[in-house]
Amino acid sequence: MPFSSLLQFFVSGVTVGATYGLTALGFTMIYNTTGIINFAQGEFVMLGGMLAVFSMTWGGLPLPAAVPLAVLLVTAIGVAVDRLTIRPMRGRPPVTLVIVTIGISILLRGGAMLVFGKDTHSLPPFSEGAAIPIAGASLLPQTLWVVGITIAVVAAMKMFFDRTITGKAMLACACDRRAASLMGINVDVMVTLSFAFSALVGALGGVILAPITLTAYDVGVLLGIKGFAACILGGLGNPFGAVAGGLIIGVLESMGAGILSSGYKDAIAFVILLALLFLRPSGLFGKASADRV
Amino acid sequence: MSSIGSKGALAGLAAFAAAIVLAPFLLPDYYQSVLIVAGFFAILSMGLNLLLGYAGQISLGHAAFYGLSAYASGILTATYHWPVPAGVAAGVLLSGVTAALIGIPTLKLKGHYLAMGTLGFGVIVYIVLNEAVGLTAGPSGFTGIPRLSAFGRTFTSDREYYFIVWGIAFLLFVLAQNLVHSRMGRALRAIHTSESAASVLGIDVPRYKAFVFVLSAVYAGIAGALYAHFVTFVSPGSFSFNASVQIVTMVVLGGMASLWGALAGAVFLTVLPEWLRAIENYDILIYGAILILTMRFLPGGLAEGACRLLSRVRRLFRGKKADAAVLPDAGREDA
Repeated sequence: MPFSSLLQFFVSGVTVGATYGLTALGFTMIYNTTGIINFAQGEFVMLGGMLAVFSMTWGGLPLPAAVPLAVLLVTAIGVAVDRLTIRPMRGRPPVTLVIVTIGISILLRGGAMLVFGKDTHSLPPFSEGAAIPIAGASLLPQTLWVVGITIAVVAAMKMFFDRTITGKAMLACACDRRAASLMGINVDVMVTLSFAFSALVGALGGVILAPITLTAYDVGVLLGIKGFAACILGGLGNPFGAVAGGLIIGVLESMGAGILSSGYKDAIAFVILLALLFLRPSGLFGKASADRV
Repeated sequence: MSSIGSKGALAGLAAFAAAIVLAPFLLPDYYQSVLIVAGFFAILSMGLNLLLGYAGQISLGHAAFYGLSAYASGILTATYHWPVPAGVAAGVLLSGVTAALIGIPTLKLKGHYLAMGTLGFGVIVYIVLNEAVGLTAGPSGFTGIPRLSAFGRTFTSDREYYFIVWGIAFLLFVLAQNLVHSRMGRALRAIHTSESAASVLGIDVPRYKAFVFVLSAVYAGIAGALYAHFVTFVSPGSFSFNASVQIVTMVVLGGMASLWGALAGAVFLTVLPEWLRAIENYDILIYGAILILTMRFLPGGLAEGACRLLSRVRRLFRGKKADAAVLPDAGREDA
């Protein structure tokens, strides 16, 4: 296998992996404030891409307007999901909440199928320009966008959690919800905010990836589980681990597709996920936690 | 809850048996094939209910066990000309053994991890069914599976299939009912409530969880093999993530921790699309809505709803008797 091919796999792996990372970040945010795994996370990513496409084709909007609009709409959907389904069921057992978020993901996916149809779509790249050759591999300008936006999101999140009082309040809810509420933090608002944020980063992931891979109503399932695999890899609840996990899975998957077989590409993330769940459920960067009774 | 062997439970079983025998004579012929399909789902959801409803462990990859057995039995009998009963046995065995291999490590996981682990497993099986074209004929499906046969006799009519499938469903129901009323069933419910508390009480939590996981996969395997030899054709689409969700929906709608609920959920969700032909493209949407609404408003599912209704009716009758005897005005609170 020549070095240039390996480099090419690496580049495309990083591009897709960034989206997995943003999906994983979304999982992490909701998990940290509520302890729920939101199985509809992949649908937020799908909706980001689809809404951007249809704001352009149906709404006639230019790309720079369509992208923020799509992200905003998905954020609003995230808030609605929390208000309508999660908040009324606060305190139910995890199995119930898993089932409810699966229900939400089905509704969002089915809704997208009815509204947008079953066709696959793509978004134009964010900037014009030919692929940039490096050492025999070629780098799409969109890859730079993907990597740049992912870095910007992670940096913005870091700032938010470190520097703002709201960010610190969210972290407090993550540590101990009851203590946070005793300190005067409105936990309900923080949970809603975490849904808004996770929808936002998920949608961003969907929008930046849509020009490279095609998007359709049903891409959310795979993106969701790969995002979750990334989460587990990075240690559930650890935002930086989530992004790192996404990149690792993206690269492994891309290498696997190139070297082994492209048909089994999608299985690679799950094999990693299962192996990890068996061997080290706390993830690469996480620490084992004890159960409180 | 009435224990096994009690009058109530025996009356229930008798009613179930009578319903199985009478249904094909009371319903139009067309329903027979619908009911056969409902039988597969009834077996699937009874098995999943043991895991999800009683032990509180969610599996989002149950269609994989269904599919593994269907494909194994189909391939062994069609490609390798095994006798059908041997193929069925091999398929069921494969599901059970795979579940043990997957379950023993996976069941160390809890809640979300387990859900995702089983989901990941389900997706892997689905991908393999699609990709291993030489063995499974890939996405277009595997054809030419022989019909069920035993003792030198091949079963061809729908009526025969109906009685075979529901006969087996009945036996599996009795088995499951015995299980949940046994010491084991109590242990599973204890695990559902709190794993830590159960293990403090001396329950070997991982062993019980692994056992019920394997058992539920065996149920799925039985359904899968019967399915393959009834339809004579299998394709990966029948065993996708959506199929897993469909089984979960049946259990949830019927009522977790109720075997009657699992039956009701399976039959209801199989027959519903037949009534509502118009919803063909929307059915998956309806599953989503059912999941959310049931969990929100009727967490015990149809079984709980029926119980509530029954006790209300009972109270109403008792109230009426009391009315006649003593208080002409009572019973208003029941209204």
